[in-house]
Amino acid sequence: MLKESTLTPASAIYRQVVPAGDYWMHTVKAGQIFRIVDSEGNQAADTLFYSAADPSEHYSAADTIREQGNVYLGVGTKLISQDGKAMLEIVADTVGRHDTLGGACATESNTVRYALEKKTMHACRDSYLLALAENGHFGLSKRDLAHNINFFMNVPITPEGGLTFADGVSGPGRYVEMRAEMDVIVLISNCPQLNNPCNGYNPTPIEVMVWDKA
Amino acid sequence: MSGVLYEDVLPGGKHWSMVLKRGVALKLIDKEGGANVGMLLYNPANLLERYNAPDTLKCQHTFKLTRGNCLYSDMGRIFCSIVEDSVGWHDTACGNTTKAMVAKRWGLKSYQDHRNGWTQNGHDSFLVEGGKYGLGRRDLAANVNWFSKVAVADDGSLAFDPVNSKAGDYLTLRFEMDTLVLLHTCPHPLNPAAEYPRKPIMYQLLKAEKVMEDDYCRTYRPENGRGFENNRIYHLCCGGEA
Repeated sequence: MLKESTLTPASAIYRQVVPAGDYWMHTVKAGQIFRIVDSEGNQAADTLFYSAADPSEHYSAADTIREQGNVYLGVGTKLISQDGKAMLEIVADTVGRHDTLGGACATESNTVRYALEKKTMHACRDSYLLALAENGHFGLSKRDLAHNINFFMNVPITPEGGLTFADGVSGPGRYVEMRAEMDVIVLISNCPQLNNPCNGYNPTPIEVMVWDKA
Repeated sequence: MSGVLYEDVLPGGKHWSMVLKRGVALKLIDKEGGANVGMLLYNPANLLERYNAPDTLKCQHTFKLTRGNCLYSDMGRIFCSIVEDSVGWHDTACGNTTKAMVAKRWGLKSYQDHRNGWTQNGHDSFLVEGGKYGLGRRDLAANVNWFSKVAVADDGSLAFDPVNSKAGDYLTLRFEMDTLVLLHTCPHPLNPAAEYPRKPIMYQLLKAEKVMEDDYCRTYRPENGRGFENNRIYHLCCGGEA
């Protein structure tokens, strides 16, 4: 389901462009609206959430898809923690659906998926690990790298149990917007993957925006 | 696979854990039909290396697990291969029951009142077993649910199959590296049964045959050949037999 937001970028209290291959790690307060814009289209924003009050509570892909009874994320999806609590809810979306089964790329999984020679290519997990190292005040480490959301990414599942990485359903300027239900730490890796169509073989910037609650 | 080295029964709604060495096979047998075995895997030499369901699925372009599939760690290595499977579909996307979920669906039976008949849940089971090795709630990942099938319709909606596994159905995991295995026999979180399902399994330890170049799992997908190569390099680095 597509649903446009009523909020305008001009009224955002925060805006930041995040280049591909970089991370963005910030706290979003309960009630604030958080948007990720696929500025140039077909990008993948690999995203994790932690409770700011207790960062040992993290976003859980398995709990989220099971509780909504659907593998795809979209408007109305509550993003659930491993404690079963709603961390955020998707309130606007001009893409249609987002993936949370494909996980983040890593140098090691790249060796399996593509070739052992690809092991030194930049990957989302490297960005995550740098983010955790440079933001030690959150107290997070590799063990907290749970399975993430891939906003803007299209990973269709077939009734026979197949799974593919398909060309994106997103496009330039499309966005997804969510309302924080608790204070959350947001960790995004703007995916640097050069080996598959999740970002059209062409990693591009995203923009994040935050609005205060109305 | 040679003779059974050890076997035991886990009653329904229970949990256990063990470290399985490379070259050991673990056979799980559904004794009555309708069993569910939740499982998580870690490298005992580096607990930060753990079973990664997204990598496992995307590396093999599959949503279900069956014979030929390998279970990958987040480090591009194979914990174990599914060398036998009479079931055909195992879930690794739907997670665990929690205490709250069990209370809502089936009603809680406390230990005080019901002793061994209490209604244990998968989440707490993993916390208990993981805790024995220093693992906690931060370390929980998407687990496997052996014997359980959840299909996905074109619109993405999930459907639990209540007759996926029958009495006597089985699968065998061949361990390709030393692995800490956490497991429980609590119900699948989407099981709609009216009563808390309490399904026992038998598990057997066997000595696996040497993995040949033309091994079914190794050649099941080109990615698995590279996964096995990552394992070979890992064991070389450890100074062991590659």
